[in-house]
Amino acid sequence: MEDLGWWGVVLAVLAGAIRVSTPFLFVSLGELLTEKSGRINLGLEGTLVMGAMSGYAISYLTGSPWLGVLVAGVAGALFGMLHAAICSLPRVNDIAVGIALMLLGTGLAFFLGKAFIQPQAPILPAIDFGWWSDVPQVRAALQINVLFVIGLLLAPFLLWVLTNTRWGLIVRTVGDSADAARAMGYSVDLVRLAATMAGGFLAGIGGSFLSLYYPGSWNEGLSSGQGLMAVALVIFARWHPIRCLGAALLFGGAGALGPALQSVGVSQGYYLFNAAPYVLTLVIMIATCSPTRTLAGAPGELSITK
Amino acid sequence: MKGHHGISRRTALGLLAGTAAGTALPGALSGGSPFPSALAAKNLTVGFIYVGPRDDFGYNQAHAEAAAILRKMSGVKVVEEEKVAETSDVQKTMESMISLDDATLVFPTSFGYFDPHMLKVAQKYPDIEFRHCGGMFKAGVHPANTGSYFGYIDEGQYLNGIAAGHATKSKKLGFVAAKPIPQVLRNINAFTLGARSVDPTITTQVIFTGDWSMPVKEAEATNGLVNAGVDVITCHVDSPKVVVETSERRGIYTCGYHANQAPLAPKGYLTGAEWNWITVYKDFVEKTKAGEKPGQFVRGGMKDGFIKTSAYGPAVSPESKAASEAVKAKMMAGDFPIFAGPIRTNAGKEIIAAGQSYGQTDMWLEGMDWLTEGVIGSTS
Repeated sequence: MEDLGWWGVVLAVLAGAIRVSTPFLFVSLGELLTEKSGRINLGLEGTLVMGAMSGYAISYLTGSPWLGVLVAGVAGALFGMLHAAICSLPRVNDIAVGIALMLLGTGLAFFLGKAFIQPQAPILPAIDFGWWSDVPQVRAALQINVLFVIGLLLAPFLLWVLTNTRWGLIVRTVGDSADAARAMGYSVDLVRLAATMAGGFLAGIGGSFLSLYYPGSWNEGLSSGQGLMAVALVIFARWHPIRCLGAALLFGGAGALGPALQSVGVSQGYYLFNAAPYVLTLVIMIATCSPTRTLAGAPGELSITK
Repeated sequence: MKGHHGISRRTALGLLAGTAAGTALPGALSGGSPFPSALAAKNLTVGFIYVGPRDDFGYNQAHAEAAAILRKMSGVKVVEEEKVAETSDVQKTMESMISLDDATLVFPTSFGYFDPHMLKVAQKYPDIEFRHCGGMFKAGVHPANTGSYFGYIDEGQYLNGIAAGHATKSKKLGFVAAKPIPQVLRNINAFTLGARSVDPTITTQVIFTGDWSMPVKEAEATNGLVNAGVDVITCHVDSPKVVVETSERRGIYTCGYHANQAPLAPKGYLTGAEWNWITVYKDFVEKTKAGEKPGQFVRGGMKDGFIKTSAYGPAVSPESKAASEAVKAKMMAGDFPIFAGPIRTNAGKEIIAAGQSYGQTDMWLEGMDWLTEGVIGSTS
């Protein structure tokens, strides 16, 4: 294989952005939808791990990875339903419920997933988008999973739904002013239930990407906090789906920087490169913060802005 | 926070359990046996603590496989706890094994359990024996009821290197490593020296992921290495599953580590360096049952049965097998020093002079902080 030198690093970061970003993308789009309805679901880390486990288990048991993806989504939606149901009770804090569900989700996934650490389940296929290239590295980088493509299309679709459709308007109304939504005759709890379930569904699918495509195996250490980071990404992206996509790609690429630099022989200071995603977040947060205005785009009903 | 005032929750629970057992009718508690205490004295309870899942195809599985064999021995009761973090959590686990399960021999198996966690608990329970896997015990410095054991698995990595050296076409090998600690560096060096004994132009590219279990980083590292032209990969992370599976999908060769990963890579698996911990644990248990003190500074390699190699995969040539077997025979006879001069570091410094050699038991090797010539990578 030809040595690409520094171009290899650029390529690896781009390839890493494509490979690593999908869970971030799905979880952050799901969380965005939930937050647009006025609730924060911090439990998506647990939903992600539960999705990873159930997707892998179903793929192993039935031999169909796509069924695994579906079941992961359904498991996520059930967790979303639980969150919404508990939060619809009076005087319940959605952040506290989220943390409880995060612990429940990871714990339950570890418990039920014990039997699936060893076996190898069939994993999702990749589409070869690199057929036009002779460079093996490019071909490898362009082995793209369908879920990434779906996520790529989902971001503009979600933006369109939120801004241009009646459903989007209802979700945003509930998120910005529950009183106004009630006055218009909408059930706030029902809308939030639907938005949280849809968010959970997406987060579950994000988890199944981890276990069924990349890295493509179930283990208790599989998620190193991707679900939590994705929740932070939503704030980072200022509640905008397209910016969520950008942020997810950025985080995926930044995560690939450490290994990529080491593979071309830049071996000093890899701890620093490994910390790149977090440093990046801080830098952008500081660069974009302003003392004169609050977070632009934040739904009015969110418990962090109230 | 120092917890010397008052008693911890676990201790309190243990005391309560003890008091309950003492005041209730002993026969009623032990299911009708009239001599429960006599039986309890004969039975030895051994506690195993793992940092990850027991069936991770790696480090923890290697220990758990040995624990499963111990469990079948008569008069031995094994208690295990997995996924115990290298924090005060492990102290709680040890205390609960001692107070609630009556464990008298405890094996905290992960590197980070030693200092301060095991040392602290060992001081509190001078009658309980603690043996730590990793090799940091110093007589006179650490409590008398502690000790450490470790194996010279670099011998297995040297043999991995020979197999990799024969299999590689690009002359570039890859090593996915967790942290630059002496044991890991020693494996990287042994692997590289083994490969360079076949062809001195071979290089090993190292990628450090930063922690023992980072599946996404490990997959990224493996892909990065394959893209850089590497065609044989081995690793030193807790669970080699992701590295081995990713390599197999990319169509390159792998050498295993910790346990046998051959089922994960039926085409590309060459061979592997595996632990054979039962040798160590059986000895500890037998000594304890005989009333002797189990060894405090236990080391061994291929010759002592601490280490074994995986069966050769289909891609290993007869020539490669013969070369490995010849070296393995020398290791079994105990006269194969891996670190024999001249060896230069990858920074160009001569670290072992020509004619000088370090035997496996040499303590100097356990503080290794350099990478040999041929390794592309850095220790910091």
